Amino acid sequence: MSSAPLSRRLFLTRSMALGCSLAASPLVTPVTMASAPWDNRLVVIILRGGLDGLDAVRPYGAPEFAPYRRTLLGGVEPGERDLDGFFALHPALDPLMGLWRAGELGFAHAVSTPYRDKRSHFDGQDLLETGTPALGPARERDGWLNRMLQALPGLHAETAYAIGRSDLLVTRGAAEVANWSPDAALPLSPQAERLLDLVMHDDPLFRDAAQEAIALSRAGAGAMEMEAPADSAGMMSAMQDSMRAGRSSGGLEEVARFAAERLRAETRIAAYSIGGFDTHSRQERSLSGGLDALAQNILTLRAELGDVWGKTAVVAMTEFGRTARANGTDGTDHGTGGVMIFAGGALKGGRVVADWPGLAEADLYERRDLRPTRDLRAHAGWIMRHLFGLEAGLIERTVFPGLDLGADPGLVL
Amino acid sequence: MRFDPERAAIRFGCGLSPSLPAPKSAEAMLARLAGPDTMAESFPIPGFQAASAIALNRRDLRKARKTAKTKAEREAALAGLKESRVATRDNAAEWLGHTLLRRALTEDGFRERLAAFWTDHFTAFQLGGPLKFAQIAYAEDAIRPHVAGRFSEMLRAAATHPLMLRFLDQSRSAGPNSRAAKKRERIGGLNENLARELLELHTLGVDGPYTQQDVRQLAELLTGLSYGAKTGFQFRPGLAEPGAKTVLSVDYGGGKPRLDDIFAALDDLARHEETARHIARKLAVHFVSDAPDEGLVSAMAARFTATDGDLAQVYAAMLDHPAAWAAGPGNVKRPMDFIGSGLRALDIAPAHMPTGRYRAMRTMFFTPLELMGQRWGRPEGPDGWPEDDPDWITPQRLAARLQWGMTVPFRLKKVLPDPRDFVETALGAAAPEPVRFAARAAETRAEGIGLVLAAPAFQRM
Repeated sequence: MSSAPLSRRLFLTRSMALGCSLAASPLVTPVTMASAPWDNRLVVIILRGGLDGLDAVRPYGAPEFAPYRRTLLGGVEPGERDLDGFFALHPALDPLMGLWRAGELGFAHAVSTPYRDKRSHFDGQDLLETGTPALGPARERDGWLNRMLQALPGLHAETAYAIGRSDLLVTRGAAEVANWSPDAALPLSPQAERLLDLVMHDDPLFRDAAQEAIALSRAGAGAMEMEAPADSAGMMSAMQDSMRAGRSSGGLEEVARFAAERLRAETRIAAYSIGGFDTHSRQERSLSGGLDALAQNILTLRAELGDVWGKTAVVAMTEFGRTARANGTDGTDHGTGGVMIFAGGALKGGRVVADWPGLAEADLYERRDLRPTRDLRAHAGWIMRHLFGLEAGLIERTVFPGLDLGADPGLVL
Repeated sequence: MRFDPERAAIRFGCGLSPSLPAPKSAEAMLARLAGPDTMAESFPIPGFQAASAIALNRRDLRKARKTAKTKAEREAALAGLKESRVATRDNAAEWLGHTLLRRALTEDGFRERLAAFWTDHFTAFQLGGPLKFAQIAYAEDAIRPHVAGRFSEMLRAAATHPLMLRFLDQSRSAGPNSRAAKKRERIGGLNENLARELLELHTLGVDGPYTQQDVRQLAELLTGLSYGAKTGFQFRPGLAEPGAKTVLSVDYGGGKPRLDDIFAALDDLARHEETARHIARKLAVHFVSDAPDEGLVSAMAARFTATDGDLAQVYAAMLDHPAAWAAGPGNVKRPMDFIGSGLRALDIAPAHMPTGRYRAMRTMFFTPLELMGQRWGRPEGPDGWPEDDPDWITPQRLAARLQWGMTVPFRLKKVLPDPRDFVETALGAAAPEPVRFAARAAETRAEGIGLVLAAPAFQRM
């Protein structure tokens, strides 16, 4: 554990000790935020499992597309839900057609991280989240979003949120990031809180996490309004209630709702993940679930963000694409190049950005995968450059070490 | 540092108990492990075939509902389906109850921990439907009997198990030039999912010396591994890709497709030096430290190679190494370890557990495990549960642990132990003074128990 999260957590505890809730703390009022150099919002969604970019955004204009993938199309004519005369949208993304037409949805195709050849989900995801050209030792890895935060002025406890039950590598690191889930709560009586502090005191991992849990729970950063219970009996019953409630909450839609609620307030950056994209067999069915979840998630964000949607960029990225041809089980195996999805009122959508490599066998990477023609980190980098006014050198050295940003794809309005 | 009974129970077993003794020596632990699996007898969980009978029955009932001609037939099918869903649920409640009771009452705790470790190493599961908890049954026949045997035997058992073949799509994979592919257009090709994970996760490790070409060749070699819903594992030569395959520069097969050619490749992978190193490191990370002593890893890997993957010998090398006994703070317990050792410290008996009541099991165990980040029997992917301590101790996951400790013991056992005694039984001689103080100062017994269970001294191994 580095010392930086500690200081933030100390700040959290102090603000509690002063008897004011986090939201009411003078240090984190919206006024402070308005004067911060950046009022824009960034949502990063990690799509786990290797999204098949060629199925999500179908290059039906390529003559090889239909023969490669007949078994995956489920009878849909290539070209239905046409985007631009060459690409068409997967049926499960149909709810997003309105956003596309409004210029608030776009794609970058034939992109990838620098990860090549071993095609491991786990290393691939780690590289996607560390944003580095290669993986260092597991225990020293930190996330690119976190490194970006370290470089920004005016950070406070709720600037960035990692949402959900699982830990996200993309936000891990020395800068302050709030970790919480909409279904979490920790109502403690004052006495229990004091004693808990005592038993946790000598173990930084536990102490910091407990302090943050108490602070976020009290700040109402959850599905339930949590008043601190006065005594042990009140605490037990509040805990029973929250455990019961935990059963039915915490789904993806709630994650989007929670993210939007935070982003409307002090938060500027939110990150979470959606799983279920590893479609080795019966892809027609298995991919629809994941894409539908993604579409609904984006629509919930837009609906809940209201006016703030206009200042928001949502970026969804995955560890790798999949094989150009269907495999023997009506699915696809791990590949290389894929698609990155971007949405939001701050972005210039309505187009598929690609230096298209072609699908003929000789054009494929190792004669099997869509050949990546651009590093997806460059797109993410340009978005952050414009959204938050980051220096190009900072992006190429610190956020995404070794990256050549290249030409501006002009994704931000 | 050398063997210490309390540390042995906490780090390599299921925790301390007020009524069951801690192991006396490493030899005693290994002797138990070599003996009969008494907990599996006392708290039985059926194997996969018995569990999948429910799935078959569900399929028949769905068909009956669709083809029903009269209202009565339709209603009977619907009632049957409902009953079947209840049975899946109730079975799961019983299996979780038995899994936890094994941990609470065993004198062979190392076996329970190893069974969990290897089930995770060879992760296979079904996300939903009637086989939603199939991992539990799979572990019972593919993993548990082999935890003290040879690694190659466990690898064979796991890699040919119907649940694994289903989970990693192997049973649907066919050689592009197989007989099946020639006869029918629908079955037409290869799926490389199992081949890749066999190399990456189960044997060599992701840094191992294999290429995409090896994945492809192994995928071709594995064609033919299949199963029948009623009969279990089957080798179907009709699915097999003809011709020899080359994996890591060794040729396999070439003649008539044979299961033995696949086994030969699995055996070679099982005894590969990189496999020895991968397994040694993984065991050391799991039991000892996220950043284990290199000497410990090397000693275990060397023993693995010297004994052709005799796992009992690899464990002996671990327990014999001073680094295995280094003083804390040890690894963070995973949620199942935390709950299991909590029940053990509380001296929970079968009568305390609501094993037969699904709803009570849900609020006290299924939901809390999910909130702590370890959805029972269903990890996130084929790499199983994370090992890194910070993955488990996020604010939201820690909150769920604290809530469990404060509320569930009281619901299970109306007469809770005195927290001042509990701190000694749960933490042993190493109980830190602040935890003793908190146990004395708590407002209620339930709160005192909760604080002891919350303490890092209890949460770590």
